[in-house]
Amino acid sequence: MAHVPFSGGVHAPGRARIAARTLREDRWWLQPLVTFVCFSAWLLYGLVRASLQKDYFVADYGYLTPFASPCLSTSCVPGSTHFGTPFGEWPALIPFAALTLPFLLLFRLTCYYYRKAYYRSFWMSPPACAVPEAHVSYSGETRFPLIAQNLHRYFFYAAVVISLINTYDVLHAFRGKDGGFGLGLGTLILLANVVLLWCYTLGCHSCRNIIGGRLNHFSKHPLRYKAWGWVGKLNARHMTFAWITLGSLVVTDAYIALVSSGTIGDFRFIN
Amino acid sequence: MSYDAKFKVWRGDADGGTLEDYTVEVNEGEVVLDIIHRLQATQTPDLAVRWNCKAGKCGSCSAEINGKPRLLCMTRMSTFTEEQTITVTPLRTFPVMRDLVTDVSFNYQKAREVQAFSPPADLQPGEYRMQQVDVERSQEFRKCIECFLCQDVCHVVRDHEDNKPAFAGPRFLMRVAELDMHPLDTADRRPAAREEHGLGMCNITKCCTEVCPEHIKITDNALIPLKERVVDRHYDPVVWLGNKIRRRGA
Repeated sequence: MAHVPFSGGVHAPGRARIAARTLREDRWWLQPLVTFVCFSAWLLYGLVRASLQKDYFVADYGYLTPFASPCLSTSCVPGSTHFGTPFGEWPALIPFAALTLPFLLLFRLTCYYYRKAYYRSFWMSPPACAVPEAHVSYSGETRFPLIAQNLHRYFFYAAVVISLINTYDVLHAFRGKDGGFGLGLGTLILLANVVLLWCYTLGCHSCRNIIGGRLNHFSKHPLRYKAWGWVGKLNARHMTFAWITLGSLVVTDAYIALVSSGTIGDFRFIN
Repeated sequence: MSYDAKFKVWRGDADGGTLEDYTVEVNEGEVVLDIIHRLQATQTPDLAVRWNCKAGKCGSCSAEINGKPRLLCMTRMSTFTEEQTITVTPLRTFPVMRDLVTDVSFNYQKAREVQAFSPPADLQPGEYRMQQVDVERSQEFRKCIECFLCQDVCHVVRDHEDNKPAFAGPRFLMRVAELDMHPLDTADRRPAAREEHGLGMCNITKCCTEVCPEHIKITDNALIPLKERVVDRHYDPVVWLGNKIRRRGA
């Protein structure tokens, strides 16, 4: 598709000649600014925590942070390797979860909600509705690299596998100091986090399409229609879960870091 | 209770124009269109404005109020403070004709480019009974009143005049989605959605959904599902491989 140079947007010939590029008087800039700050802070936190390779596991209660799961190397703290140690010594600064974190990041990066959020806040395309974007030409998601947004569903499949791994990690967190059943505040935080991660993952637009959205005859597929309805309910709150899970991941990781480093003790309900 | 409100209304045509100041009486319960009509009746009899039903159902009185695409008849004056100056301009994505009236023929051109509903050729009237679950998804899209606020706010054409030939806009991509989801439609609309109607240009920033006066979830229920259907057809290697194997086996 050929693109001619900047054509003036709202100042294009024939349109009402209004000097101001936007006449919006509300604080339209606030939402993209907040999104920009929060996403940047989250990425910085995740990068630092995942690279540190420190305070990611509480051996007494089996708490493993999602930022280091699955831990598959001999460098991992004993007990944190829920899936064995197929890899030898792990290089410094490379996250233990280097096999899964890129897929999780790509799942969120290509997510339809996050796309809206960062196109607005990072790329200003557009920063807000009826506010002109900052770019002279626009080809949307028709060319490389943005055409790769169409791969979202593959990262969705990967995210399902990773959510299963996180769920398995939670089962390990139901452990007391003596090795028997136990329940602490950390267990509940890990459990809440994984439930929220499932709500976000299964509410994905690709999941909605795969489950039933691609059908034209719902009446011939009553079970898939039912499942499509359930996914639709989660999908309607996809933005909410996208934000909540960013927070729940940080809370989970920070709690485990604090307990693991001995800064605070875990509040135990049972054993 | 009445008060005098300050208005700025764009007056002019394709050759130029200005935002002109007016002070107009406002009464309880009125909408912006009432004030524009009072302005016509008392101060500017030549003010051009397109309107019809005054009930948010005809989609005629689309304009921009304080920079936001809105229906004049559905914007209550009570949403503004008495001290606020209210700016009313024509839609800024389409060529202006005069004052608040724009030429929206771009949209009719795009409507013509969408292939019509294509039922099976041998299907006779009365032979098919549509189930409610099959029809309810498209019923949401049928609420569209064609006010073209979504077309106006979409930055793909609002900020880039050169994209107009290649991009149908949210209203007509929604129409393509509606037909593609129809149980009786036989056309495969996914190649056209991508190549002729410019679906890939949509970066799903949801402004169309934000301004829709009928509260249609254009992005979540039409544009993204259509994008996913295009992915099914064009970007899914599993589907591609399956088709390849099936063709070889045939």
